[in-house]
Amino acid sequence: MEPCAIVGIGQTHHRAKREDVSIPGLLREAALRALADAELTFRDIDAVVVGTAPDMFEGIMMPELFLADALGAAGKPITRVHTAGSVGGSTALIAADLVHAGIHARVLTLAFEKQSESDAMWALSPRIPFQPQLVAGAGGYFAPLIRGYIRRSGAPGHIGHLVAVKDRKNALLNPFAHLRIKDISLETVEKSPMLWDPIRYLDTCPSSDGAVAMVLTNEALAQKAPKPPAWVHAGAMRSEPVLFSGRDQVNPRAGIECAKAVYAEARITNPRQEIDVAEIYVPFSWFEPMWLENLGFCATGEGFKLTEAGVTAMGGDLPVNPSGGVLATNPIGASGMLRFAEAALQVRGDAGKHQIDGAKRALGHAYGGGSQFFAMWIVGKEKP
Amino acid sequence: MRDVAVISFAQLPNVRRDTEREETELVQPVVTEALGAVGLTIADIGFTVSGSADFLLGRPFSFVSALDGVGPWPPISESHVEMDGAFALYEAWVHLQRGDVDTALIYAYGKSSLGSLRDVLVQQLDPYYVAPLGPDSVSLAALQARCLLDRGRCTERDMAEVAAQNRANAVNNPFAQLKGGFDVNAALSEPYLVAPLRKHDCPPISDGASAVVLAAGDRAKKQCQRPAWIRGIDHRTEPHSLGARDLAESPSTELAARKAGALGGSLDFVELHAPFSHQELILRRALGLAPEVRVNPSGGALAANPVMVCGLSRIGEAASRLSRGEGRRALAHATSGPCLQQNLVCVLEVD
Repeated sequence: MEPCAIVGIGQTHHRAKREDVSIPGLLREAALRALADAELTFRDIDAVVVGTAPDMFEGIMMPELFLADALGAAGKPITRVHTAGSVGGSTALIAADLVHAGIHARVLTLAFEKQSESDAMWALSPRIPFQPQLVAGAGGYFAPLIRGYIRRSGAPGHIGHLVAVKDRKNALLNPFAHLRIKDISLETVEKSPMLWDPIRYLDTCPSSDGAVAMVLTNEALAQKAPKPPAWVHAGAMRSEPVLFSGRDQVNPRAGIECAKAVYAEARITNPRQEIDVAEIYVPFSWFEPMWLENLGFCATGEGFKLTEAGVTAMGGDLPVNPSGGVLATNPIGASGMLRFAEAALQVRGDAGKHQIDGAKRALGHAYGGGSQFFAMWIVGKEKP
Repeated sequence: MRDVAVISFAQLPNVRRDTEREETELVQPVVTEALGAVGLTIADIGFTVSGSADFLLGRPFSFVSALDGVGPWPPISESHVEMDGAFALYEAWVHLQRGDVDTALIYAYGKSSLGSLRDVLVQQLDPYYVAPLGPDSVSLAALQARCLLDRGRCTERDMAEVAAQNRANAVNNPFAQLKGGFDVNAALSEPYLVAPLRKHDCPPISDGASAVVLAAGDRAKKQCQRPAWIRGIDHRTEPHSLGARDLAESPSTELAARKAGALGGSLDFVELHAPFSHQELILRRALGLAPEVRVNPSGGALAANPVMVCGLSRIGEAASRLSRGEGRRALAHATSGPCLQQNLVCVLEVD
C-alpha cells in the first residue's frame, strides 16, 4: 500500500454567520490556504473529495455538482461523501484511499457546512415513519445517552462542565475557532440555561459556518513538500444500525471496534501511552469521558476520572482537543475533518499556540448518526 | 492494479411508484439476493458503500435507515456517497486496490416517485445563479438536445429511433418498466413535452434499488464461475455552469474512457446511462463507438430510470450479461448532474 501524507492544511475562520462569503467562497478560503501551505495550486490536484452533512442543511442537492467549478475540478474526478456527523472523517479516509491505492498522486479533500443557510435543528428533527421523532435535534437525542453514562459510571455532575471550560479555554489559543468566551468558568457554565438535562447551554456546541481542506500526496511528493508532512499511519470506519433492542448506545460497539482497527494498523498496543494528543468529536461536553472509554484510553467507567484529574488538559499526559474541538467550532459536515486536520497539524508541529510539545502520534476521531457511524485516523510525524 | 471483478448483481423490478416499500425494504431484498447468489453474507464483506440522495425522499439521513436493510451487526466497515451507486462502486474498487480486504458490497436505492422529480432536480443547480430561475431537468435536457439539432448532429427522427430501439430491447428485460418498440413515424407526430423533446425522448420516473458484489483476484474466481473483471474504471466532471460547457459534446466521458482504457479494442455491447434519447448520441460520439456495437441490451435509462440507481445498474447489467455469456468485453457508463455533467466509464471483461 502506497504511503499517504498530509502536506497542506487550511481552514476558514469559523463564525455563526459568514455572510461575507458564498458557499464556494467559504470552501475556496480553506482550499487556497491548504494549497498555499503545500505551495501548490488547483492545477496540481488530480482529484477532489468533498464531504458535507445532509443536503437539507443548505438546501442544495448534491452540492459537489455546482462546487466543481469553484474547486477547479473540471476534468478531474470529484466525489461527494455523506456519512452523517462522521462525514468529515470518512471524507478524508476516502481521499487517502485514492493515494494508498496508487491511483492519484495529489488529492484535495474538503469538508464544509454553512449552517447559517438553513436551520440545522429543523433538519435534524425529521419525522420518519415508524421511528421515534427527534423533536429536539441532536441534543434531544444524545441527552438520554449522557444520563445513561452518568448512571452507569457514577460520575459527579460537574464533569461535563469541566470539559466545557477546558475546550473553550483551548479555543482562545486557536485563531480560527468560532466561540471565544474569554471569561468562561465553571460557574458560568453551571449557571447557563438547561437545554436538554443534563446538557446546559455552555455544554453544547455552537452552530458554525466553516470549511477545512487538506492536500494528500504519495510518498515521493511528500518528500518534496515544503513543510514537514504528517503521515497517515492508520484509518478505519465502522457502522452499526441506529435502533435495535439491546444496542449499547452509550458505549457503542462500532466505536470500540473502529478504535481497535486503527490501533492494530498503527501497531499501537497502549493507546494512552503511545498517542500524544487526541482530537475527538465532542459536541456535548460529556462525550469527552464517554469517548475516552469507548476509544480504550481507560477502562469502562474510568473516563470521567481522567477528565477530572486534568489528564486531558493542555498540560496533561493525554491532551484532548487542544484546538477547542467541536465545543468551540461546529460546521457539522466539517467538524470531523477539523479533528483529522488538527491531529495532523499537531504531528507536523504546526499547531501554533495550541501545539502540544513533541507530539509524534495523534488520533483524529469523528462520529455521527445515533452514535453509530465512526471514522478515525492515526497520523504520525514519522513515515509508517 | 489489482484484479477486481463484479461477481454478483441484483435489482428490483423498476416501477412507476412503489407504495409498499420504505428505503430499508428497497435495500434488503437486493442485498440479500446479491450476496446469497454467490454464497456470501454481510459477515464476509470487507467494505460496504452505498449511493442515494436525501432530496428524493425529502428528508435528511435516509441512508441511515437504508443501512438497516444490510443488517450491519456486528459493525461493518461502511461508507456512503450522495451520488449514483456507480460512484459508490468506484469508491469500493479503490478501497479494494489498497489490498487489505477482498470483497465489497455496493447498493443504491431511489424513490423518484415521492416528489415532482423535475422540480426536485432543480435543487441540484447552482443555488445563486441558476436554481432561482427554476429550469427543470427536462427543460435543461431539451436545451442540450436543441444544441445537437442546431449543430446538425442529429434529427428528431434519430432521437426517436434511439428511444424506440431502447424500448424494444427492454422487452427481454424482466426488470424494465417501459417496454416495447414503437412506430417512429407515428411518434414524430406526437406533441412536444418540452421542445424539441417528446415524451418518448424522456425517461420514465422509476422507483428501484440494486446491489453489486465485488471481489478481488482468487476470491472472485472462488465465489463466481465467470467473474466480470473490471479492466478499467474512471470518472471525470465538467464545469457546472452551462454557459462554460459545449452541451453537444461530453469531454468528461471521453476523458474517463481514455483513462479507463476503453478506447480501442472491440466491445460486444455497452450499457449507457443516457436518460434522454439525444444523450445516447452524445455518448456514442464521445466513446467513439462503432455503429455495429450493441447499445443498451437492457433498454437502458429510457426503459427504467431509478435516480441514484440507474448508473450502478448499468454496471450490474453489463457484468451479469458478460457472466451469462453474452459477450467477452463490454463498457458500462454512469452519469450525474444536469446535461451529463459528470461521467463514469467502466470496462468489463470475462476470461
